Amino acid sequence: MRTTSRCRAAARMIAAIGVFSLVAACAGNGGTTGGGATSGGYPDQNITFVVPFSAGGPTDTVTRMLAEPMAAKLGGKVVVQNVEGAGGTVGAGEVARADPDGYTVLMHHIGMSTAPALYQNLGYKPLEDFEMVGLVTEVPMTVVARKDFAPATLKDLVTHVKANADKVTLANAGIGAASHLCGLLFQSAAGVKLQEVPYEGTGPALTDLVGGQVDFMCDQTTNTSGQISAGEVKAYAVTTPERVKSLPDVPTTAEAGLPQLQVSVWHGLYVPKGTPQEVVQKLSEALKTALADQKVIDQMAKLGTAPVTAENATPQAHRAKLEEQLGTWAKVIADAGVKAS
Amino acid sequence: MELLDNLALGFSTALLVQNVLYCFVGVLLGTLVGVLPGIGPTATVAMLLPITFSFEPVTALIMLAGIYYGAQYGGSTTAILINLPGESSAAVTALDGHEMARQGRAGAALAAAAIGSFIAGTVATVALAVAAPPLARVALQFGPAEYFSLVLLGLIVSIALARGTALKALAMIALGVLLGTIGQDLYTGTPRFVFDQRELYGGIDFVSVAVGMFGVAEILRNLENEQTRTAIVGKVKNLWPTREDRRRMVGPILRGTGLGAALGVLPGGGHVLASFTSYAVEKRVSKRRQEFGHGAIEGVAGPESANNAAAQTSFVPLLTLGLPAHPVMALMVGAFIVHGITPGPNVITDEPALFWGLIASMWIGNVLLVLLNLPLIGLWVRMLRIPYQVLFPMIILFAAIGTYSLGFNAFDVYAIAFFGILGYILIKCGCEPAPLLLGFVLGPLLEENLRRALIISRGDASVFLTRPISAVLLALTVAALVVAVLPAIRRRREVVFTEDD
Repeated sequence: MRTTSRCRAAARMIAAIGVFSLVAACAGNGGTTGGGATSGGYPDQNITFVVPFSAGGPTDTVTRMLAEPMAAKLGGKVVVQNVEGAGGTVGAGEVARADPDGYTVLMHHIGMSTAPALYQNLGYKPLEDFEMVGLVTEVPMTVVARKDFAPATLKDLVTHVKANADKVTLANAGIGAASHLCGLLFQSAAGVKLQEVPYEGTGPALTDLVGGQVDFMCDQTTNTSGQISAGEVKAYAVTTPERVKSLPDVPTTAEAGLPQLQVSVWHGLYVPKGTPQEVVQKLSEALKTALADQKVIDQMAKLGTAPVTAENATPQAHRAKLEEQLGTWAKVIADAGVKAS
Repeated sequence: MELLDNLALGFSTALLVQNVLYCFVGVLLGTLVGVLPGIGPTATVAMLLPITFSFEPVTALIMLAGIYYGAQYGGSTTAILINLPGESSAAVTALDGHEMARQGRAGAALAAAAIGSFIAGTVATVALAVAAPPLARVALQFGPAEYFSLVLLGLIVSIALARGTALKALAMIALGVLLGTIGQDLYTGTPRFVFDQRELYGGIDFVSVAVGMFGVAEILRNLENEQTRTAIVGKVKNLWPTREDRRRMVGPILRGTGLGAALGVLPGGGHVLASFTSYAVEKRVSKRRQEFGHGAIEGVAGPESANNAAAQTSFVPLLTLGLPAHPVMALMVGAFIVHGITPGPNVITDEPALFWGLIASMWIGNVLLVLLNLPLIGLWVRMLRIPYQVLFPMIILFAAIGTYSLGFNAFDVYAIAFFGILGYILIKCGCEPAPLLLGFVLGPLLEENLRRALIISRGDASVFLTRPISAVLLALTVAALVVAVLPAIRRRREVVFTEDD
């Protein structure tokens, strides 16, 4: 009896170790980035998509949606790797320094255009150290408030916060977060300076908004739509030119009388500077194909967003967007006097 | 009756073959990452999340949840056996658990942890099923002012963690709080105490401090003494808790479960307080107060139950409101979204099979954890017979690997060496690492909520007294301080007398 139970215990241990090494292997193969390869046979090894944010976040989700259809079009394998830290600048810096062979690709969002204004020692220049592959999607943001907050419309909100600037609180998910940027833009559009309340991430900020501890905030529709449709928070407007399908009753900022408040969490794909043009072109073509994939369109719709049009999924449109955004945010961030480090 | 229907729906979902299988995979992985210091449930869930994209939503969530509470379960094992806590909650278990192991009672300690966790898990699952939505509403009453007062209360009652004087414990808590301030400030972005070291911008990792202060310092202390060098334990007494042990476990398990279940519901970090507070409460109510810190089974059973109950009920805000209480929960929000489910208050009504299936799976997961862990106890205990000169390099090796895996950064490995030496010096000075670790964990929470409460009130400190919940918590803090200081003076006299005998 004793021997059997000992054997069983040993077998259990072996099984446990087996499963664990499986996990370790899954974690490990994320790190395989390639050395020198010729662009003629591109791709002849795994392509790594670097996501500079945590797994499970909106940017990560978008990347993983694209990985499979893009790999199919390219005829290779795409591995997604999360390199987190310092508002996405750690991952972006790593890709800027990677071999320009097309096997290390960066998926980054609006943070690419705000980092130069926020971080003093960035270590890379967005326009000079990367080749743009194309835009991917623009996630709309929503202006939301605790449900018992007095103002009924966006116009009321602007009037109210101007009259009560010393009382109103504006939450955000930390310095450089999309909610922080949108909050800055709101203050600049409304011409008012408000008390900001930073949180460590969207979760705690939204928790305090639902609990009525803070007055209002502006965050990605992905995070807010569940609370809006359940009536836990009040929605004033979406910050894009068009309404969001999942929130048909929420007006746009233009409709609601604050057209200057235009902001979306736009995503784009980058490769290091010096990547052969034909490789960039191949990636851009694969991106376009993936964005036209019905499955991708459906999955994005569930996130409250949609793929960009084919002409925006190009290096040219992407560069134009990045240049325009760098200018916008440099001014907004400098005016607000914000520094991340 | 509605509850029974719901539970029936839940169990019919959770008992599907693939769901039971992935529940098992989840708790198994959780146990493993809990046992290994360094790699924690957050990293594991982040790594495995993409794999679950192809699963059914409920299966994916069952597995991810299993990793989380499985890790809470597994974390106690290394804390008890080799004084190497991988999670903040396990640091408390190490206090008495490892002492028990040194006395040859590792089996009893491991069994107490397993049984306590199972009972706590079962009760917490029932609480979740019966009262999740109203509990979540109560939790929302807690704003920054309430969290500040709660954390302050937690810190004060936890002076009980110390074996020595209250003054030294307070000093250690303060040192821990200071260590916790290292890194970039959340509110202004200003780097604090980083000395231009890039690695310090993100703060010091808990694992580096815990592994260094407990594990490495313990090894240094063992090596100085010839007699204890042969093995951790000379002889292993009974593997199972004795009848006396079982009698002593009941109260702590029940109190720990209640306390943990209540604290776990609070999304702003209540689960962090659970095991510390339970230990403090048990030490306060026990008739054998002097045994605490020297292998009291209550000090293992209570905190472990509290910790597991809190791990379970910390799902309340996520499931009922779509609000994550913990980085692991935030990742699970991602899992919801990927599967096309918008996390929010509508999940219960829109996806009843998912909601109740997940809750039912937690109980099944707890059963699986007991079945998995009880048979392993004999194996673990046998590990302690390995000669110490073989065991300690292995412990250091695993600690170094685990810490390195945090961010593939050599800095974290140097950090365990630094904290090991610091821990050794502190032990030599009669200061203990547990209160320091507590200050390190709770300090940032304390500061964050203090400043946030004051930002919202525009610098008016009276919010802490005008908000009723906060005022009650502060009153309790003052009471706890008085109770802690008065008997400490009286007890010292008693101890002097007993030593004279």
